[in-house]
Amino acid sequence: MSRMSGGSDDASPQSFKEGASRALADAKLQRALLNVKRGFIAKRALAKSKLPEFDQLRDEGRAIKDHTLAHLDLYLEAYERKVIGCGGSVHFAPSAADARDIVLRLCQDAGAHLVTKGKSMVSEEIGLNPHLEAAGVEVAETDLGEHIIQIRGEGPSHIIAPVIHLNKEDIAEDFARAHRGLPQGRSLATVQDLVAEARAVLREKFLGADVGITGANLLIAETGSSVIVTNEGNGDLTQTLPRMHIVIASIEKIVPTLEDACTILRLLARSGTGQEITTYTTFATGPARAGDSDGPRQYHVVLLDNGRSEMLGSEFRDMLRCIRCGACLNHCPVYGAIGGHAYGSLYPGPMGAVLTPALAGIDHARDLPSASSFCGRCEEVCPMAIPLPSLMRKWRERDFERGDPPLAQRLALKLWAFAAKRPRLYHGLGGVVAPLLARLAGAQGRFRSLPFAGAWTGTRDLPAPEGKTFHELYREKTRSGMR
Amino acid sequence: MTTEAAATRGRPLVGLFVTCLVDLFRPSVGFAAIKLLEDAGACVEVPESQTCCGQPAYNSGDRGQAKAIARRVVESFERFDYVVAPSGSCAGMLKAHYPELLADDPSFAARARALAAKSYELTSFLVEVLHFAAVDASFAASVTYHDSCSGLRELKVRDAPRRLLASVADLTLTEMEETEVCCGFGGAFSVKYPDIANAIVEAKARNIVKSGVNCVLAGDLGCLLHIAGKLAREDRAIECRHVAEVLAGMAEGPAIGHARKIG
Repeated sequence: MSRMSGGSDDASPQSFKEGASRALADAKLQRALLNVKRGFIAKRALAKSKLPEFDQLRDEGRAIKDHTLAHLDLYLEAYERKVIGCGGSVHFAPSAADARDIVLRLCQDAGAHLVTKGKSMVSEEIGLNPHLEAAGVEVAETDLGEHIIQIRGEGPSHIIAPVIHLNKEDIAEDFARAHRGLPQGRSLATVQDLVAEARAVLREKFLGADVGITGANLLIAETGSSVIVTNEGNGDLTQTLPRMHIVIASIEKIVPTLEDACTILRLLARSGTGQEITTYTTFATGPARAGDSDGPRQYHVVLLDNGRSEMLGSEFRDMLRCIRCGACLNHCPVYGAIGGHAYGSLYPGPMGAVLTPALAGIDHARDLPSASSFCGRCEEVCPMAIPLPSLMRKWRERDFERGDPPLAQRLALKLWAFAAKRPRLYHGLGGVVAPLLARLAGAQGRFRSLPFAGAWTGTRDLPAPEGKTFHELYREKTRSGMR
Repeated sequence: MTTEAAATRGRPLVGLFVTCLVDLFRPSVGFAAIKLLEDAGACVEVPESQTCCGQPAYNSGDRGQAKAIARRVVESFERFDYVVAPSGSCAGMLKAHYPELLADDPSFAARARALAAKSYELTSFLVEVLHFAAVDASFAASVTYHDSCSGLRELKVRDAPRRLLASVADLTLTEMEETEVCCGFGGAFSVKYPDIANAIVEAKARNIVKSGVNCVLAGDLGCLLHIAGKLAREDRAIECRHVAEVLAGMAEGPAIGHARKIG
């Protein structure tokens, strides 16, 4: 699992294909991936159908994001003033390393031994857990899915459903192994068993934590609030019980007003899980005030850039509208076939194919924007109308300009383009190749295998041409006066 | 009105964009398209200067070559009242992508936009522009229709082929599950990532088999070659045909990739 934070990145050009092949051969993974289709797609469609103004809402959401991105500096400053006014602090982190160091320092200042965490993709992006653990701080993930991948020692395979690659039997095995001190042979057969056990294990962590770290789905400039959406309530316990709450979020999470936040929340839940609203939508504004019965004594926000400012001034700016709903993953036939881990990138699927090269560099993600049939379903379901296929194509163009695609591929394209610009040559070649292939295929009408076409015929027959090309037949008919 | 249009006595002059796959693999689709367009009252011409829409270059990131090819297509087809392709993918390239591709070319930007405005996928052109909603054809088969991605999502082609198919005698249309999901072809994608493309077309084949039909129709030859190739590899007795063949009443020849007589 590579991380965005640089360093030893193993996402070499071959590793995506190898990962994909492994994923396709993994029967358990394939069974788990059926849940994407069965669950998310149908639920989103139903939620959208029950909201006739969905498309209008989508236009509004997009406009809010575009406006905010056009004035991002102003809104970030306004947000910072509000947070400070509420008694909190804001820390700007240009890089992943800066963000890690800031969070560690805050934890150390708080004398923290145990940190609880709500689900946060940005904390995954900066590689926060290993950094804190290396400094002797215990980190407990409290989102059920995140808890499972933490005990498995792997990364999330989906941005809103981190363990969508697992079946409940896999999780039962993990719990039996990792939850020490519980009776051997206890029942972990049902989802209820698993949830009850996780709740009991995590309860101890919630009560003992010194610092709670959450991400943010939105940051509101008008109020200085951070917003999280969860379905388990773990985020609330994470940010309310410890004496320090650290929010870690990337800069594009900001929206101007509370009203804007509500517009985006309506799109987010429907697009992601197909809910009208998530079970918990929690607004946090500064530390506990005098007289509050609970809440953290300190409230810190770490604002991560890590390449976003650069995207803002680039042709990939539209990607900064992303609200991380996961709809593009759920509807992507490639993601549906191979799951998230095969991408070798924290952010998988179409959004990852655009974002990962921007954050980690195209050298670490060359296959990602390439491995798409451009079916366009991602753009269709994106609640922020991000033109994902077009943005993937822009990465392909950058890759091509740098001369990175393999020589054979570039040469083939060059020869083809040479002919495509010369109709007589093109039709001449077609006039030779089509009948030749038709003859080679014989009465069968198709090829089971064909030299130089093994990539196709390895798994699919190749239908043979009928014989003469259209243009040749058309010329013949015109000449003979049949047309 | 163009001089050609005047010469066609008011009938719209259509330039047929044959597409490179139809040209090479299945010319009968091109002739079926001509028949349908003429039956619907159009005058059809096929410029010989056409080759391909440029998608292989465009989607491989070779913007320079894509532009060069796009300019040639504009030059070859701008004299027509309409440009029609028996493919949502190629028509989508002309309609949805040429204006962006040639936007910074001062001598072609406006011409690309003009071409885009008059470019159509075959079935939607027949129904929406020529108001031709009933064909004179029969096809005794139980069929399902696969919605090709570009046609469906870039051009919103969905009702037109179904409306036309409803007028074909003896034909029963059964919708398969996930008809709007990609078949995994994606041009070069199908050979650059063959394992993934295969997994996607396997799922498509499962849905086709489950629908119980004996024939799959679609408006794009790329998808059809891919689906037919998979069904053949699985030894399924299910035919694949371009929707134009059936609508034109020209579906008597062997189906895509099926055994045929030599001669």
